[in-house]
Amino acid sequence: MNEQIDTEEHLESLTQREYKEGFVTDIDADTLPPGLDEGIIHTISTRKEEPQFLLDWRLSAYRNWLKMEEPEWPHLHYPKIDFQEISYFSAPKQKKLLDSLDEVDPKLLETYEKLGIPLDEQKALAGVKVAVDAVFDSVSVATTFKETLAEAGVIFCPLSEAVTDYPELVQKYLGSVVPPGDNYYAALNSAVYSEGSFVYVPKGVRCPMELSTYFRINAMNTGQFERTLIVADEDSYVSYLEGCTAPMRDENQLHAAVVELVAMKGAEIKYSTVQNWYPGDENGKGGIYNFVTKRGVCKGEGSKISWTQVETGSAITWKYPSVVLEGDSSVGEFYSVALTGNYQQADTGTKMVHVGKNARSTIISKGISAGHGQNSYRGLVKILKGAENARNYSQCDSLLMGDKCGAHTFPYIEVKNPDAVVEHEATTSKISEDQLFYCRQRGLSEEDAVSMIVNGFCKEVFKELPMEFAVEAQKLLSISLEGAVG
Amino acid sequence: MLTVNNLCASIEDKPILNGLSLEVKAGEVHAVMGPNGSGKSTLANVLAGRDQYEVTAGTVTFKGQDLLELEPEIRAREGLFLAFQYPVEIPGVSNVHMLKAALNAMRTHRGEKELDAVNFLKLVKQKAELVGMKQEFLYRAVNEGFSGGEKKRNEVLQMSLFEPTLSVLDETDSGLDIDALKIVAQGINSLRSPQRAMLVVTHYQRLLDYIAPDFVHVLAHGKIIRSGGKELAVELEEHGYGWIEEHACTA
Repeated sequence: MNEQIDTEEHLESLTQREYKEGFVTDIDADTLPPGLDEGIIHTISTRKEEPQFLLDWRLSAYRNWLKMEEPEWPHLHYPKIDFQEISYFSAPKQKKLLDSLDEVDPKLLETYEKLGIPLDEQKALAGVKVAVDAVFDSVSVATTFKETLAEAGVIFCPLSEAVTDYPELVQKYLGSVVPPGDNYYAALNSAVYSEGSFVYVPKGVRCPMELSTYFRINAMNTGQFERTLIVADEDSYVSYLEGCTAPMRDENQLHAAVVELVAMKGAEIKYSTVQNWYPGDENGKGGIYNFVTKRGVCKGEGSKISWTQVETGSAITWKYPSVVLEGDSSVGEFYSVALTGNYQQADTGTKMVHVGKNARSTIISKGISAGHGQNSYRGLVKILKGAENARNYSQCDSLLMGDKCGAHTFPYIEVKNPDAVVEHEATTSKISEDQLFYCRQRGLSEEDAVSMIVNGFCKEVFKELPMEFAVEAQKLLSISLEGAVG
Repeated sequence: MLTVNNLCASIEDKPILNGLSLEVKAGEVHAVMGPNGSGKSTLANVLAGRDQYEVTAGTVTFKGQDLLELEPEIRAREGLFLAFQYPVEIPGVSNVHMLKAALNAMRTHRGEKELDAVNFLKLVKQKAELVGMKQEFLYRAVNEGFSGGEKKRNEVLQMSLFEPTLSVLDETDSGLDIDALKIVAQGINSLRSPQRAMLVVTHYQRLLDYIAPDFVHVLAHGKIIRSGGKELAVELEEHGYGWIEEHACTA
């Protein structure tokens, strides 16, 4: 039926979008030549004036990585990455040790302004208070509200600074959740990581504001390898937001990050991501390859870790934010919206590993596929022998737009304890003609109707995001669904 | 306000409407009745601009414009409202959210200012009370888990909120118990005004007990075979559609 085809083509055009963060900042950068060997790792470590233990740690990770194979099991297709063609360090040239924002290169401030990330505390004061660590290529250019946070005893700083100022904390926790040899990309990250954020919330402290890191890739042919480490001590609470964008380029760029979370007894960490790396153009050219290892450990009794992610960017996404539920009565949650349009591919999901007793985990995954996008949910629920009375609820919903995209679900369940109750529900649906017509008959444009229906589909996840982030996520989703219509 | 002239329409190459003509003026309420398959719902859907129906001949003028040239959302913003026979569910989208977006799209089109959340809520709550809808339904996802009657009531709520120039009700009375029917009828009656018109598509006469139409049209095989006043509906109820088809030629 002709109408059917027209509608599908139409939906496709609706899902092609403009990438508004695709500009390049013209700034003098100090970039290492492409290539990777022990010499490069020495150079990175020297540039960052790191202690010996960290250099040794990097080198051992590198030697490990050399022996490892790139994983081939994901449902992803892309040409082999030539790791010798990538530059592993790039920093905008600026005076070292900035005392205030006045000393930050105005071009950098402008970049973040354009991205809507306030680095000016005065300006931020007028609105919602969010402390931001801005990471530009391989270095942190500014961290806001450091003093306010310090009054509450919260440490929030670039990881490189933490290495100097709090070496014992870094040494104790770095790699404790994601060991350097954990997987291919984690090993690579451990060898060459250049920046990231460090958060420590002391006992009994409720972090007074949202913390946020904004990652920006700018330099060409450069990989970004950041590492985030968040430690929430007993009975503390922190909510952390992560955002990311990159310029539009025809070449693919690699982003391989590691995030480690540690929640002690009674502590809660809420980690939210809005991932908007450049997804490539409508023909699948360019875009970020996003290979990320995110894991949290609920160490103490009654601790809670909650991952919420909205993934709209990247040409390739490979990412499984996980929770190891060691503490008794601990809680792990994973809420995810992954949108793949054009030729984007995502293989994403989570792992919930139940170790302690009476632990609960929840997985809500919403996959939206449009254009030629391929969207896979891959999740593991593992209940160990000693994990008495474990509870898991998983729900994976897929929404298909058009007939050239795909949605795939790969749930893995390993249960070693007979007490466990594991539930898994999965649905696949399409936006129906009836829904679209109904909305249009109420005066809504087709674009607004699609956006409204898709946002409704994602509601269970969006409601987990902090308010201002949820608004951003909804807008982003609408932009992602925006097209030539109108 | 609405002039339908010799309208022919088909779905999947099957002709449904075969030269239907109809004139609706401001202030009038027209009832379109007919047996199943006579083309009642097709007429409603073609007027609203549903894609699946292909108009093969004829013209439709609405407020002096060529209606068939307009996109469905423009028709809606111009004041043409369709109360659906089967209102769809939209999971995750709250009723108030959709109603506000819809009302504001219409207001913007008319060059009026958008209503803010506070004023909108005030208005929608007042309308909900008018149609006897509990407030909790405003915050639930659009039609999700609503009973048949609640869905229809939601349609009447929307109609009373948007205050359309022309309301087309597609078998809004079907599947309603008598109490719900009365409330729907009350909603319709409260909207009657010299500026507005209604086209009530129905299979049964019983709705017409509560809303007295100015004109009744009987549809068979895709055209109007007889028109008259509200007494025609009563006659129809007594004798059935078969009778009227037999007498169509003489009418």
